[in-house]
Amino acid sequence: MSRLTEDNVRVAHEIISRYPRPRSATIPLLHLAQQQDGYVTNDAIRHIGELVGATSAEVLGTATFYEMFKFEPVGKYLVNICRTMSCALMGGEELMHHAEHRLGIKAGSTTPDGMFTLEHAECQAACTEAPTLQVNYRYRFRVTPETFDALIDDLAAGRLDSEIPAHGTVARIRQHIPAERGVGAVPPEDATNAPSWMTVAEAPK
Amino acid sequence: MTTTESNDVEAAEVVVDPNAVSVTINGKQFTARKGDLIIKAAENAGAYIPHFCYHDRMSSVGMCRMCLVEVDTGRGPQLMPSCMFPVAPGMVVETESPASKAAQEGIIELLLANHPLDCPVCDKGGECPLQDQSFSHGPGESRYIEEKRHYEKPIAVSELVLLDRERCILCDRCTRFADEVAGDALIQFTSRGNTTQVATFPDEPFSSYFSGNTVQICPVGALTAKPYRFKARPWDLQEAESTCTTCSVGCRTAVQSSRDELLRYQGVDSDPVNWGWLCDKGRFSFEGVKSDDRLTTPLVRTANGHESTSWNSANAGAVRMITDAIAAGGASSVAVLGGARGSNEDAFAWARLAHDVIGTPNVSAQLGDGLPVGVLGMNRATIDQASSAATIILLAPDLKEELPVLYLRLRDAAVKNRSRIIEFAPKATGLTRYAWRTVFYEPGTQADAVSATLAQPEIAAQLAKGEVVIVAGRANLAESSAGTTAALLALSAALPEAKVLPALRRGNVVGAISVGMRRGKGGLDSTGILNAAAAGKIECLILVGADPIADVPDADLARRALAGARRIIAVDTFITDSSRLADVVFPAAAYAEKAGTTTNIEGRVTTLAHKVTVTGTSRPDWMVAAELAQLLGTDLGFGCVDDVTAAIAAAVDGFEEVTAEALEAAANGVLAGVASFDAIATPTVVLGDRNSYNFRLVVSRKLYDQAVGTAHSPSLAKLAAGGAVFVHPLDIARIGSAIGADVKVSTPKATIVLSLAADDSVQRGTAWVPFNQTGAKIGELIDAAAAVTDVRIESL
Amino acid sequence: MTGTTYSHAPGFVAGDRPQIVTARFEYEDSYTLERAIATDGYAGLRAALSRSATEVHDEVKAATVLGRGGAGFPAGTKWGLTPAGVWPRYLVVNGDESEPGTYKDRLLMERDPHQLIEGCLIACYAAGLSQCFLYIRGEMALAQERVAAALNEAYAAGYVGRNILGSDFSLDIVLHWGAGAYVVGEETALIESLEGNRGMPRLKPPFFPAAIGLYGKPTIVNNVETMANLPWLMRNGSAAYTAIGSATSPGTRMVAVSGHVKRPGVYEIINGTTTFRDLLYGEEFCGGIRDNNELKAFVPGGGSAPWFLPDQLDLPFEGRLIGAAGSMAGSGAVMVMDDTTDIPNAALTLTRFYAHESCGKCTPCREGGTWLMRILDRVVAGQGTQRDLDQLLEVGGTICPGDFPHASSERLGLAAVPFPYKMTTICFVGPSAYTPVHSALTLFRDEFEAKLVKRTFIPVTAVSVSETEAAL
Repeated sequence: MSRLTEDNVRVAHEIISRYPRPRSATIPLLHLAQQQDGYVTNDAIRHIGELVGATSAEVLGTATFYEMFKFEPVGKYLVNICRTMSCALMGGEELMHHAEHRLGIKAGSTTPDGMFTLEHAECQAACTEAPTLQVNYRYRFRVTPETFDALIDDLAAGRLDSEIPAHGTVARIRQHIPAERGVGAVPPEDATNAPSWMTVAEAPK
Repeated sequence: MTTTESNDVEAAEVVVDPNAVSVTINGKQFTARKGDLIIKAAENAGAYIPHFCYHDRMSSVGMCRMCLVEVDTGRGPQLMPSCMFPVAPGMVVETESPASKAAQEGIIELLLANHPLDCPVCDKGGECPLQDQSFSHGPGESRYIEEKRHYEKPIAVSELVLLDRERCILCDRCTRFADEVAGDALIQFTSRGNTTQVATFPDEPFSSYFSGNTVQICPVGALTAKPYRFKARPWDLQEAESTCTTCSVGCRTAVQSSRDELLRYQGVDSDPVNWGWLCDKGRFSFEGVKSDDRLTTPLVRTANGHESTSWNSANAGAVRMITDAIAAGGASSVAVLGGARGSNEDAFAWARLAHDVIGTPNVSAQLGDGLPVGVLGMNRATIDQASSAATIILLAPDLKEELPVLYLRLRDAAVKNRSRIIEFAPKATGLTRYAWRTVFYEPGTQADAVSATLAQPEIAAQLAKGEVVIVAGRANLAESSAGTTAALLALSAALPEAKVLPALRRGNVVGAISVGMRRGKGGLDSTGILNAAAAGKIECLILVGADPIADVPDADLARRALAGARRIIAVDTFITDSSRLADVVFPAAAYAEKAGTTTNIEGRVTTLAHKVTVTGTSRPDWMVAAELAQLLGTDLGFGCVDDVTAAIAAAVDGFEEVTAEALEAAANGVLAGVASFDAIATPTVVLGDRNSYNFRLVVSRKLYDQAVGTAHSPSLAKLAAGGAVFVHPLDIARIGSAIGADVKVSTPKATIVLSLAADDSVQRGTAWVPFNQTGAKIGELIDAAAAVTDVRIESL
Repeated sequence: MTGTTYSHAPGFVAGDRPQIVTARFEYEDSYTLERAIATDGYAGLRAALSRSATEVHDEVKAATVLGRGGAGFPAGTKWGLTPAGVWPRYLVVNGDESEPGTYKDRLLMERDPHQLIEGCLIACYAAGLSQCFLYIRGEMALAQERVAAALNEAYAAGYVGRNILGSDFSLDIVLHWGAGAYVVGEETALIESLEGNRGMPRLKPPFFPAAIGLYGKPTIVNNVETMANLPWLMRNGSAAYTAIGSATSPGTRMVAVSGHVKRPGVYEIINGTTTFRDLLYGEEFCGGIRDNNELKAFVPGGGSAPWFLPDQLDLPFEGRLIGAAGSMAGSGAVMVMDDTTDIPNAALTLTRFYAHESCGKCTPCREGGTWLMRILDRVVAGQGTQRDLDQLLEVGGTICPGDFPHASSERLGLAAVPFPYKMTTICFVGPSAYTPVHSALTLFRDEFEAKLVKRTFIPVTAVSVSETEAAL
C-alpha cells in the first residue's frame, strides 16, 4: 500500500500542468500509480484525489469504470486473449482453452508463481491478425498453440524483458513539453478571448 | 330544463408573454413556462410522467429512461426523455400514446429484472415509487427468468444510512445529491455496466451532515436510515406538517408517528427555505423527544435532592419563590433566561409574565453566545435574497455546522455562479471552498479586516455589482460579541443598502426576541444577568428551556451565577447540568408535543404541529407561564394556544399579519415585519498585548455536540467527535509535543488538558477547540468580559 | 496487381491505388520526424499557415471530409457548429478505437504519428481551437509510445507549441490515454473521461459537444483518420481530394476486412465506389473466401452494423447506399463469415461484447444487454426454447422500438428495412447489443432452432369432462 513516490509526484505535477483542470489528469495518474505498484492501491487513490482535487470515492468511481486498472496484485505478465467476433471466428476460444491448459489456470486467475494472469479480452483492434493476444498490452498476432507456448517460455525465461515491461507500465515513452516551447494550460474561465491567429472577428450570438 | 348560458365570447386580449410557451400535451393546448422541462410542464398540465432519476431540485441526467414519451417537434413523433428537454413552441407531447406506454412498460420490466421484489419486508413498500409505478405504468408481469444480481446486503455507507445494492436501480439520485447538493461526493458509482453499484471508499464513509436526504429521495428501498428501519409500515404512519426547530433555518418537515410514537421526520419542499432538504441532526432528533430520560412530573428540591411532586405544589412553590424574591429584592431581582427553544407562544407568554406580571426588565433569550438584539432591527434579508444576491458577505459562524440548510442554499448560490461569497472568518469553514474571497482574521481584529478588505478596488467593484447580503453571527465563542459587532457596524456603515441575515442558531431565538424575550428598559442582557446572579443580586433566576452551564461560553460565570442565585426555577424537557440545580423543575412539552408557531432567521413564521401526546404530565411552556401569572394574580387570558397566537398578532410590532388564518392560507408561512429596535451601540474592542508565545483561541460549535437534544438521540450522540485542541500543522513543532498527545491548555484563569491535533483549516497562531464536546471543558478558559482569549499550550 | 504487405506494418496491405493517409507506410521508419520531413511532412501545415484560418476552413468544407469515426458527419461543417464568440474551444481527437472489426487509427498512430499531429495543427488553426487533446486507447502501448515520441520531436523542432513555424499560431497538443472502456469512443463519453470522470455518455441533444463540450466549452471531437486526411488535403487542395471517390463520399478510406477471407487486412480503398465484392473477392484485396468456401454473411461496418448477405455484395462502400440497404458503413470494418460459421455463436461474441461494454447509465442497455446475452448464451449452449427466441426479439424491442433495420434476402423473401433504428438509450451501445441478435435471428433463424432443447413429451389424450364423468 503506497502513495506515489517523490519522483512520481513530480511526474504527476507535470501531467496535471498540461490540463486546464486538474481532474483531467485522473486517468493518467492512475496509470502512474499502477506503473509504480503493479496495481492501484487504496493509498494511491487517496493520494491522487488530493493531487487532482477529488474525493477518494470519486477517484475510485473513475478507476473502477476502466478495465485496465487492477485493485489487487496481478501477475508480472497479464495475458489478454481476445474473444470478440473476428478472433472467435479464427479460433480465439480454442486458443484460450490451450492457454488455460498450458498455464494450468482458468481465465481470470493468476499462476501460483505470480508470473502470469490470464484474462479474456474484448476486441483488441487487430482483427485481421486473429486470433490475437496482448501481454501487458504488447501484441502477438495469429497466435497458434505452438507460438503461444514459445511465448510463455520466452517470458518465463526473461528473454522478452527488453520488449515487455512488467505489468503496470504501458507506454515507456512519456510526452514531455519543454517549458520554453509549451503554451501552457489555462483554466477555461480565464481564456475567453479569441486565439490570436483568428483574424476574423465573430459577433457573439 | 332551461339553462341560461352566456354566449358572449370575451374578446381575447392578445398579451404576448415572453415567458409563455404554447404546447400540446395529450391533445390539450397548454401554456408552459419558458425553460420548463417537458416532464414539469406535463405535470403542471395534469399529465403525470413516470420517472425515477428526475428530481426537480437536482440536474437532470436522463439515466433511468422511465420518462420517455413521444414528442413531436415537427419532425414526427419521437421518444424523448422528458426530463432532459425543455418545452419548445408548438411541441406535441403524448404521454399515453401506445409508443410511450410500450417504452414505459419496457423500462419497468427491465428495472424489475434484477430487483429482488422483496416488498413485503422492505421499509419502502407502500411509499415506493418503483412499486407504485410498477402498478401504474408497468406491464404487470415479468418475463425475466435469469438469475438476479446478488450482493451482500445491507452494507452501512455511514453511521446512519444502510445500502441494499440489490434493490438499487442506479438512478444516480443519492450520488448526485451527495456531489451536487451537499458537496460531499463520498458515495459514487463504481464498476460498470450491469455490475455498476453505489459505493463509498473503504474507511471513508458517507459521513455527510445531509445523508438522510438520500434515504428520502431514494426511489426504492435501497437506502434506509437506521433510526427508522423496520419501525413501521408507511400505511400505519400518520403525519402532520411542521417546522424543524433544531436550528433557526426553519426547514419544513412532515412529522410522522404511529401509535402515538414519533418515528420519522421527512423534509417538505418549502421553496423559500429548505427545498425539501433537512440536515441529519434535524431529521433524526425525534429520538430525543421519546427518550426515556424525559421529565414526566414536576420536581422540587428537598433535603434528599429532587423529588416528584404535583403541578399544584410545584406551582405554589414557584409562586412563593417569585413573590419572596420580589419582596426581598424588588421585581428586578427576578431574571428570566431562555425562550429560544420553544414556540413564539411559549416565548410570548413568558415575556408577558416577566415584563407585565412580575415586572422585571431582566429578560434575555440569548446565552452570551449571540449578538445585540439590535441586529434584528437591521434591514433584514430573506434566505432567497441572500442566495440570489450578487455578493454574500459572511461574518458568521461556520454555517455548515450551525445552520446546515442555510449552508446548502448559499453553497448552491455560489456553485451555480449566482453569487460570490466574501467570507470573514477566524478559521476555514464549510463555505470557504466555495467563497470567492476568504479573509482570515485573528479574533478581535475583524473590524480592521473588514475595513482593509472594503478598501480594495477589486472588492469594491464586486460589491457594486448588485445586491449585497451580510450574514452575521458569532464565529468565535472565546471572545465577546464586541469584535463581531464592531465589524458588522463597519460593514453596514460602508454598505448602507446591504441587507442582513442574522445567523443566530437556537431554534426560535429570532421569534423569542421579537415577541418580547429581551431586556426591558434598564434591564440586563444575558451576561449582565449572569454577572448579577454571581454577585448575589438575583433572588430568583428562571430558566425557560435554558441550560447556561452547557451553553454559556464562560463556564465559570455560569456556574457562579447558578450558585449565586438564591432560587432557581427551571422549565425543561430533561434534567440538565443547570436544571439539576433548580429548586423547582417543570416538565416541558417537547417538539411535536405542542402546537404553535415558530420564527426563523428571516422572520418567517410557520406552524408547529402537535403530533403526539406529551410525555408524562409535561406542559407547553406557555401554559406554565399562564398558570403562574394566574397564581400571581394576573389572568393573561390564554385558554389555548390559539389565544396566544392571536395575542401576538394583536400586540407584537411586525406580527400584525401573522394570524391563524394567514398561517393556514400560506404554504410557506408568513414573513413577519421587522420591528424597530434600539440601534446597536458601537462597542470598543480592547485587546491586550499580544504575547506571540500564546495562541489566540477560537471556539465554535460542531453540528453534533453534547447539547441535550443530541445527547439523548442515540443515533446522533455517537456522531459527536469529542474534544481536542487543533492548531495549524506548522504550529505543532512550536508546542514541542506530538499529534495525539495530551497537552496543557491554560489561561491565567484555568488550565485544562486536551489532546493535540493538527488541522490546516486553523490559522497559524490560533488554536481551535470545538465547543461542548466530551472531555473538553473549554468553557473553563473563556472569560465573558474579555474581548479575546489567549491560551498557552504546553506539553504535559 | 496483388496486395503488398510489409513486415513492419502487420495487417496493412498496400495496393496500386491512390494513398492519402498511408503513403508513408512503406518506410520502416515512417514514424520518425526525419522520414516525415523527407516525404512532405508538415508541408500541409505550411500551406495552411500561409492562408487565413477562414480560408483553410473553407478548403476543408469544400472537400467534404466525412468523419471516419462512424457517424460520417463532414468535418468542415462540424467545425462551424461552435457558437459564435464563445472561447476557448478545444479539439479532442478520438483515438479510442475499439469497435469490433475495426482498426486503422491504431495503424495511423503507430505508423505515421506526424501526419496525425500535422492534421491536428491544421484543424486547430482553421477552427480557432486553443488546445488539442489526443485521446489514445489505453491498451495501445505502441501507439502511445510512437505518438509521445513524435510529439516530443515535433515540440523540439518547433512544429508544436508556441509560435509554430514562427507564426502567431500557438498550440499545445496533449497526449491523453484511456484505460479500457469501449463506450469512451462515444464522443460525449470521451469528454467525460477526459474530464477525469466515469466515461458515461451525456445526452445530446439538447447540447452537442460543439456547443457544450469539454469543461462546458465548445469542443470538436474528430476521429484520428479524419485528422490524417488534412495534410494531404492542404498540400493538394480540395479539388484533387474530391476527384477521388464518389461525389457523396470523396477521398479514400481505410477498411479492415477480417474473418474468413484469404488475405484479411487493412486497405486504403477509394471511397464510395469500391464494392464489397471487390473487397472480398478482388485479387488486390482479400482474394476470396478462405478454402474457397461459400460466403454466408458479413458485417459491413463494424460490430454495431446489421449484417449483410451475399445479396448485398455488389453494393459500393458508401454510407448512404449501405444505410438504405439496411446497415451502416460505420467505422470501416468488414467481418466475413463463411459457410462453416456457427451463426448463433458468432452473434453471441458480439452481443457479449456490447453487454460487457455497457456503461450502465441507461436502463435498457444495462439490463437489456445482459439479458440478451444470457438468453443467447443459453441458446448457444443448447438449453434454449422457442420462447427464448421470441424473448430475444421482445427484449430488443424495448431497446429499439419499432422496425429494426436489416438486409434484403432473396432466399427469405425479405425486403430491406433501412438504417437507422429508434432507440430508448442515449448512445449506440445498447442497440448494438441487439443488432447481431436481430440480424442473426432474422436471417438465420433455422440455425437457432436447430440448437433448441429437444424435449420429448408424454402424449396426453384429450378426454372431455363428460366422457370422464360417463366413465365413472
